[in-house]
Amino acid sequence: MGANMSMSMGRAVIMDEWGLGLNVDAFLVRALLAGCAVAIVAGPLGAFVVWRRMAYFGGALSHTALLGVALGFLLGVEPIAGVSFVVVAVALILGGLQRVRGLSLDTLLGVVAHAALALGLIVASTLEGVRIDLMGYLFGDILAVGWADVAWIWLSIAVILGALSFLWRDLLSATVHADLAQVEGVNVRRTDVIFMLLLACVVALAMQVVGILLVTSMLIIPASAVRSLSRTPEAMAVLAAGTGVISVCAGLWASYLFDIPAGPGIVAAASLLFVGGMLVKSRA
Amino acid sequence: MNSLIPLIEVKNVDVSYSGHCVLSGANVVVRRGEIVTLIGPNGAGKTTLVRVMLGLLRPTVGTVSRQPGLSIGYMPQRLSIDPALPITVKRFLQLGSPQGLRKDQCAEVLEEVGAGHVIAQPMQGISGGELQRVLLARALLREPDVLVLDEPVQGVDLTGQAELYRLIEGIREHRNVGVVMVSHDLHVVMAQTDHVICLNQHVCCAGHPSAVSVHPEFVALFGTDVASTLAVYAHKHDHEHTLDGHVEEGHVDGREHVHVHGESCHHG
Repeated sequence: MGANMSMSMGRAVIMDEWGLGLNVDAFLVRALLAGCAVAIVAGPLGAFVVWRRMAYFGGALSHTALLGVALGFLLGVEPIAGVSFVVVAVALILGGLQRVRGLSLDTLLGVVAHAALALGLIVASTLEGVRIDLMGYLFGDILAVGWADVAWIWLSIAVILGALSFLWRDLLSATVHADLAQVEGVNVRRTDVIFMLLLACVVALAMQVVGILLVTSMLIIPASAVRSLSRTPEAMAVLAAGTGVISVCAGLWASYLFDIPAGPGIVAAASLLFVGGMLVKSRA
Repeated sequence: MNSLIPLIEVKNVDVSYSGHCVLSGANVVVRRGEIVTLIGPNGAGKTTLVRVMLGLLRPTVGTVSRQPGLSIGYMPQRLSIDPALPITVKRFLQLGSPQGLRKDQCAEVLEEVGAGHVIAQPMQGISGGELQRVLLARALLREPDVLVLDEPVQGVDLTGQAELYRLIEGIREHRNVGVVMVSHDLHVVMAQTDHVICLNQHVCCAGHPSAVSVHPEFVALFGTDVASTLAVYAHKHDHEHTLDGHVEEGHVDGREHVHVHGESCHHG
């Protein structure tokens, strides 16, 4: 189901002129539940992406997701299974590639991201008898998630949050200074690999909400928006999660009210909050 | 712990990156209560040797032994925390000590290094001198047996440098720790160090400062002017290092000179 089709359905069930009727349709409830779950986990992980200057890494991972979708169709498995597999594999490869000589990681990420995106589009175009809803995957199709998806997303979120809180101290220590952490007994290599796996999982989940091309925004915009309000790393992580949730609610509401696509609506809402955060900073 | 057994001992260590040798035949012994200083030009392998001693880098050849249960306080050469990470000095100090600190321990150690006033400040907002003191405090919070300090006075003004060196000297005395220090400040090195290792991809010379400062390789590395201010006399040298550290036999001014190389010095 395409994003635009979902949207026209959404338009049809508005109860009053503000779109705040109580008789909200189930698809909207599912979208809210799925979106908020992803926002809650994207906040803290996004904070680490910002602190570690890995925004481009997140972007590269999400670009490879389309290849996962295409491979999923090719092999006849759920697209999300294909996405999870490809994104995790690419995360591990990129983790290892950090040691390649002569090219910066930045450049390698650019190569991998666009090679995977191109390959994904090629594979998708050759599939016989299947028309992949490219717009849905590139820009998100949150209004199309089913109850099973919602349950699956919340389960994944619980696991990722658990792993993240277990890893928190080591990850923070390694983010501040990897060698210092290593000398002080942190297994930095293992910590980095687990972090990349968690990031890969969040990318696969966020793809369903805002789409491949906007995944990075779910990670970095809420986290950067609350930087000026935060005094501790934990506060920034929690506030980022909260900002993400507000963005999801506002974006879906705007989508419902103004008949705009949901994924971009969410990202636009987060961006407005980011601008608000900047204004707070310039005043302080 | 037995003070006769070295805290850290590096034996005949070579380090190569993809076939290119950056350090060869390095020997270092660190004992409790001693300050060992590594000197040498940029690219001489000082930081490489430090990383080997810390266990961050596995030597290509040779062995590194650390006393069992050795607690190392490490002060890295640079620390750059992204401005987007909100972290106070206190939190930074707590990060280094997993086994729960006493309530006022951070404040006490910060006072000890003369940086008590920055405890509540963000890490990115303190000066270079304060940062070095905070890093030193984090190393001390681990109640180390040995302190490994990679250029501890980097980014500190001259007055601050002298204070920091006095501080390190005091810590060595009060806490009876071994200290390994990378330094560029030859005057301080010569005045305060027990053992100097002069590196230029191999150990050029090593020993007590008074011996090293007159060693021909030292003189060749740092120049006659520097050496003569540090030593009673200085003399010319029978080989030179090219820019990449390669040893070239020959005489700068034709004067003959004979000296004895250490056993780790493979070009004698």
